[in-house]
Amino acid sequence: MKNVLIIDYGTGNLKSVHNAIKKVSEKQDCKILVSSSREDLKKSTHIILPGVGAFESCLNGLIKTKVLSYLEEMVLEKKKPFLGICVGMQMLATKGFENGEFAGLDWISGEVNKINNPNNNLKIPHMGWNTLKFLKETAFTKCLLKKMKVTNLNDISAYFVHSYNFKNKNANEKVITTCYGEEITAMISKENIIGTQFHPEKSHYFGLAFLKTFLEQG
Amino acid sequence: MLKIRIIPCLDVDAGRVVKGINFLSLRDAGDPVEQAKAYSDEGADEITFLDITATHQQRRPMIDVISKTAEKCFVPLTVGGGVKNIMDIKEFLLAGADKVSINSAAIKNPSLINESSKKFGNQCIVVAIDAKKKSKNWNVFINGGRVDTGIDAISWAKNIEKRGAGEILLTSMDRDGTKNGFDLELTSKISSAVNIPVIASGGVGCLKDFFDGIKLGGASAVLAASVFHFKELTIKQVKKYLKSKNINVRIDNLDK
Repeated sequence: MKNVLIIDYGTGNLKSVHNAIKKVSEKQDCKILVSSSREDLKKSTHIILPGVGAFESCLNGLIKTKVLSYLEEMVLEKKKPFLGICVGMQMLATKGFENGEFAGLDWISGEVNKINNPNNNLKIPHMGWNTLKFLKETAFTKCLLKKMKVTNLNDISAYFVHSYNFKNKNANEKVITTCYGEEITAMISKENIIGTQFHPEKSHYFGLAFLKTFLEQG
Repeated sequence: MLKIRIIPCLDVDAGRVVKGINFLSLRDAGDPVEQAKAYSDEGADEITFLDITATHQQRRPMIDVISKTAEKCFVPLTVGGGVKNIMDIKEFLLAGADKVSINSAAIKNPSLINESSKKFGNQCIVVAIDAKKKSKNWNVFINGGRVDTGIDAISWAKNIEKRGAGEILLTSMDRDGTKNGFDLELTSKISSAVNIPVIASGGVGCLKDFFDGIKLGGASAVLAASVFHFKELTIKQVKKYLKSKNINVRIDNLDK
């Protein structure tokens, strides 16, 4: 029995994530919870932190739930599989520089900066489908490959909508990148923690396979 | 490399997909939920859903149709029509929209762009511009093309970018539904005036029109309604054609 918790902190497109999880957990013994209660965090087997909006307002929303330290206990100590999406990933950084300088959760070392656009020739936000570059093979990507029914992950694209880039410190925590003016961190992974800059819930077949793989973690 | 987006648009009136010519004389084109799913499965990069008579008829947007559409469609969904304030935007997002398109309300209260992009993020605020040629310039129209604001479309585009909009959905009213191709002059003027993505809309009739909108118009995405609704062209066909013309499109899912 799986209990997938989508953290509701007053922001973001929870419904899209909910719809996609519902789709990939069809015919499975799986319950989807949308809340930020301690009780549901405790019950959860998988935790998803969606994120749409600015770094600071998302972070404030999360702080206002008053369960941040309990969430940290569930993820950092109990090691429940965790997925942060878009700003939900960016908030895991040490610092974010969107409209000022703000401390992040610091689960994954690094900083979130505006996408570099020195010649002003890029359309910002980076919006749309971009090709993924898999930097290494992990248990997760192996499983994903199998689900995609493809022999390699070349020429797979995912949907991005963001203006900031998570420049994480440890190269070995970076699994997927894409390119938009500069190298963009597309997926990070550290033990039970996964973060994606792209939106798996909006990346159609690839995204659904990604979420299905996430539900098999733990 | 970032791909050019092909976006089918569902113009919805009273719960049905409709299509008009120059914004008027609507005819029925089916169920929005089924169409959205079909498009998503066929390889649409995004889907746009416009409640085209909401502002004009002063009624609430159809949240339940949006929510059912969102359940079936695992590509980004932009919803617009009848958005008046922050609460409407929030309601759309909660129903499953990924981006919200505002039009009349942005003209009447431009600070709505600032407030909403700050609250929900620039990326989810799309400002729609319905433009019509007036001698040398283009004017912005609102209320589903019924009211001429007298505002110049290019200066309005720059203004909404400054206010924090993430994207512009540019529709040429002169071309809408005519199948004579995008207004390329308008599209290229607007897309070179701003640094945010511009979606070209209004007038697609054949494969070459898509290519021209991208190459000559400089659009980041191309939107079409009639040609897809009436199955004159399929999304797959458009993507294969564009790929053969060396336009970078997402084609990886097309054969599944």
